[in-house]
Amino acid sequence: MTQMSGAKMVVQALRDQGVEVVFGYPGGAVLPIYDEIFQQNEIKHILVRHEQGAVHMAEGYARSTGKPGVVLVTSGPGATNAVTGLTDALLDSIPLVVLSGQVPTFLIGTDGFQEADTVGITRACTKHNWLVKDTAKLAETIHNGFHVATSGRPGPVLIDIPKDVQFATADYVEPTASKPRHYAPTVKGDPAMIERMVEMIETAERPVFYTGGGVINSGPRASELLRELSEATGFPVTSTLMGLGAYPASGKLWLGMLGMHGTYEANLVMHGCDAMFNIGARFDDRITGRVADFSPGSKKVHIDIEASSINKIIRVDVPILGDVANVLEDVLALWKQRGSRVNRKAVAKWWGQIRDWQAIRCLDYKPSQKTIKPQYALERLEALTRGRDRYITTEVGQHQMWAAQYLHFDQPNRWMTSGGLGTMGYGLPASIGVQVAHPEALVINVAGEASWLMNMQEMGTAMQFRAPVKQFILNNERLGMVRQWQDLLHGQRYSHSWSESLPDFVKLAEAFGCKGIRCDNPADLDDAIMEMLAYDGPVIFDCLVEKHENCFPMIPSGKPHNEMLLGEAETQGVIGAKGAALV
Amino acid sequence: MLNIKKGASSHSAYDLRDPNGEIIESHTLAVLVDNESGVLARVIGLFSGRGYNIESLTVAEVDHQGHRSRITVVTTGTAPVIEQIKAQLGRLVPVHEVHDLTVEGPAVQRELALFKVAGKGDQRIEALRLAEIFRANVVDSTLESFVFEITGTPEKIDAFAELMRPLGLREIARTGVAALARGA
Ligand SMILES: Cc1ncc(C[n+]2csc(CCOP(=O)(O)OP(=O)(O)O)c2C)c(N)n1
Ligand SMILES: [Mg+2]
Repeated sequence: MTQMSGAKMVVQALRDQGVEVVFGYPGGAVLPIYDEIFQQNEIKHILVRHEQGAVHMAEGYARSTGKPGVVLVTSGPGATNAVTGLTDALLDSIPLVVLSGQVPTFLIGTDGFQEADTVGITRACTKHNWLVKDTAKLAETIHNGFHVATSGRPGPVLIDIPKDVQFATADYVEPTASKPRHYAPTVKGDPAMIERMVEMIETAERPVFYTGGGVINSGPRASELLRELSEATGFPVTSTLMGLGAYPASGKLWLGMLGMHGTYEANLVMHGCDAMFNIGARFDDRITGRVADFSPGSKKVHIDIEASSINKIIRVDVPILGDVANVLEDVLALWKQRGSRVNRKAVAKWWGQIRDWQAIRCLDYKPSQKTIKPQYALERLEALTRGRDRYITTEVGQHQMWAAQYLHFDQPNRWMTSGGLGTMGYGLPASIGVQVAHPEALVINVAGEASWLMNMQEMGTAMQFRAPVKQFILNNERLGMVRQWQDLLHGQRYSHSWSESLPDFVKLAEAFGCKGIRCDNPADLDDAIMEMLAYDGPVIFDCLVEKHENCFPMIPSGKPHNEMLLGEAETQGVIGAKGAALV
Repeated sequence: MLNIKKGASSHSAYDLRDPNGEIIESHTLAVLVDNESGVLARVIGLFSGRGYNIESLTVAEVDHQGHRSRITVVTTGTAPVIEQIKAQLGRLVPVHEVHDLTVEGPAVQRELALFKVAGKGDQRIEALRLAEIFRANVVDSTLESFVFEITGTPEKIDAFAELMRPLGLREIARTGVAALARGA
């Protein structure tokens, strides 16, 4: 055993956990740790501009690599600034290890300078958290933190380290010497349930694979197995916002995203199926619509790593507690062993029905020569970046839903968006985190102007660390999604949903020292996008789009899947045939 | 479960109706946890954060060497909510075991309470007489008051409280329910 200071232990433990990058911001209560960071070169530190940015960067890093993201913040305001990011990571099941400084143990409880009850404040927004009062327990707690953050359903953990604990010395505990932990979630599915799932695959007449973020979190193997199983069975596949890329958007079984802004075909398949296979999704309210009318005629399988997700919102017939990759492996093996049977005739008929729904072409929009339609901007972005090593992050709002609809993901870990919490301000820092993990890749943040302003200070971080992130802002000068709800549900009273007094984004880019591009003409768009892609450095692209476009299809909350609004026409009664198709 | 019952609102991004408007059951849960700092706050925070009810809660370390505590919670909710509560407790990192004593077979439940009853003359005699019937012990007495100690099911303690009320009941302190499954 080696004696060392708590601060040194932190760096040693991170190294032993394979950490390459830490996103952080210094302050009084973490200075000993920063001193240790200064004296080594193995772990890179990215200095952010706001601690919320650090947490979102770590999320972007984690989601694009499958590895845990690491954050270092000071006590008090440093820790409280991390709260939104922690909550975001908790809801989207992103593994993070956040280290916060704390006032020395003898000052805890005295309202000391920059003291906050960090473990109290973050208890509800972490998977677990610890206040370490003894240097002898520090290394082990950090190792345990990595274990908890990455096992079972991943999530953020926080370790609060008082300053005196950082200065004191103790024996360092290696990861392998840490005492065994009881926290070990079930990963193997129950064979009896797996057999029932296989039986359902064999007999299903109108099946659907409803996949979610759990497939991505389970690792690349899970996506491969999902592809294998769906290709072998020929069953249609849809995904939540979180699961995009697990099954390729170019695949012939792909129905597009489901849910509130999902495709017509995906939602009607969910509504009309007789066998629903939920793989790593959680029946979120954006997906189910009115629970009482959710997929009324189907038997349901639910594969989830966490017992609390099963039967939480929708009662299922076949609950399978386990890790997606493990379960799919077993399902495939058993199904093949029993002869790889499916009801081909019935499934072919089901596809006939699906083709009719697809023929509605629900993502068609009214093109314009005069203004850039946001959908058009994304179609062009997709076309001009197809085939490149590309990662997309988003902010929150209409642009996020359009990005999910019009950009195509053929691989997992390529799509980073704030799904559960819907955090405006996520996309810019997340894009930096992704770029840090993949320095050579093309990283684009599809943003709304309002969201983007929430963490725009992080452009400084992008400049400092030469992260050539492309900020593709669909600027509608509106809090577009809020405006849309006011349009549809609040009598067009647009209360405070204007983006007033916007900065000049091109000048802003210049001020940061990066490139600014503005485009407001559809005819110039391709060239402008090419200019953005060609630039070797960060770009702020101010894409001035149609201001009054609404995002469709849309299932208004509390409505069932078959009461979907297809487009403006729907409210104006122009596309009668489409409207009639919706019972 | 959401405790909001406003009915579906077309003005909300959320469907606010309670999907499980079924029969409310009472369950006694035994939760074995690491006795680390903050563990009780975690359990209580889970109940308040998710809108579950706590009727009674007791906690004490039961294994000093292993630093294990036993938390006994009496909670109410519909069957799916009770299932959720157990699953949510199970996902807390310091929780080792969750037992639903209400469904896992017969269990004994006991609660201890202290009652301060003040009075003179007949009232005082009557209080003492009833205490004997309930097998309550006198643990403190002055010329004008008693403190009774009583152990039993929560129902028995409720019944005793009802009887003491007109006889000068001043204060009650209750421990909450401790429970164990019957048999070996
Ligand atoms: C931090 C935060 N505050 C408020 C909201 C509510 N909200 C959701 S979308 C939206 C408007 C977003 O506007 P913009 O970023 O311009 O995107 P657009 O919808 O116009 O594409 C708002 C205010 C939120 N999701 N997050
Ligand atoms: Mg906008």
